Amino acid sequence: MSGALLGEGAMAVINILLLAILFVVSVAIARMRSLFAIVMLSGVYSLVSATWFVALDAVDVAFTEAAVGAGMTTAILLGAMLLTARTAKPEKKSARVAPLLVVVATGIMLIYATVDLPALGDAASPANQGVGLDYLRVHYFDMGFPNVVTSVLASYRGFDTMGEVAVVFTAGIAVSLLLGFGERSLAESIRKDDKSTLRTPSSNANDASKGKEGDAS
Amino acid sequence: MKSDHHVILRVVSKWLIPIIALYAFYVQFHGDYGPGGGFQAGVIFAVAMILYALIFGVPAAMRAVPPVFTRSLAAIGVFLYAGVGVWALLQGGNFLEYQALFHEGPGGHHGQHVGIILIELGVLFGVAGAMLTIFYAFAGRVAEIRDEDW
Repeated sequence: MSGALLGEGAMAVINILLLAILFVVSVAIARMRSLFAIVMLSGVYSLVSATWFVALDAVDVAFTEAAVGAGMTTAILLGAMLLTARTAKPEKKSARVAPLLVVVATGIMLIYATVDLPALGDAASPANQGVGLDYLRVHYFDMGFPNVVTSVLASYRGFDTMGEVAVVFTAGIAVSLLLGFGERSLAESIRKDDKSTLRTPSSNANDASKGKEGDAS
Repeated sequence: MKSDHHVILRVVSKWLIPIIALYAFYVQFHGDYGPGGGFQAGVIFAVAMILYALIFGVPAAMRAVPPVFTRSLAAIGVFLYAGVGVWALLQGGNFLEYQALFHEGPGGHHGQHVGIILIELGVLFGVAGAMLTIFYAFAGRVAEIRDEDW
């Protein structure tokens, strides 16, 4: 749709621009030491890739990427960052060679693989040969609402989506079992508030974090 | 003394958080007609709560939405989703066959609509609950975000 609106040339320029931004951001992430900046840049990376998904007409994927990648993951990584040091340790020069080789080799293989990929929206591509076209044809008769992504996710492939919800639920429970449900800090802060309402919140926080370190050791 | 620092953040986010939460419900109930659905809505709702926690402190957020509520919500979501499947089984259809919910033939939309709204609600509860549980698990270990971390 966006391709028809803007013309092939304009779309190519937009795609190249967005991919160039992604490249620059990923190089910046790889070269940085400050974890806060890395978390923020990974949020930027998600937002730019969401924009790129819109350019590819994958609006639902773009929406999910923006909500999960830019919103949720950034918040979770910020929370994780607070538990550790603020900067990454610089590694030895010799230790960088092997990862670089792996990245270059993977990149070459991926570029080699793109030669065989069908063009975007190619009707003869394997992705368009299966049930996808049937879903597009019959889903309005079956469901009575226009968004085919929802009818595939919720109805035709409802069992898969249930598995996904179970996976998300399991992830939440697993993290809680590893890290605790976080209720101890609540109990501690309430106790502190009750004990001394005259003290400032910031000194409370310092005391609480000291107590936490003592507990952990 | 602390409230002096982030007064703009607090004022702006007080406006934004309800709007973000409302937008989550728009995404939830508009998923049949536009992009979106339970996953996105759940994450957006969780992000609204996390924004509250980041700005007003995790204890305040835990008083508003207690951890026991978020993990129960996640479990309720999965149960709601699976429950629709069992309901279809009880009506004589296959698991999650919404057509069977009200014994409709092909082209009947009532069962599809009810089934999809219910399972999307299950997805919303499951995702929002699980995401907030994960956030609390991380954030609950540091009592307060220190000023130098901003």
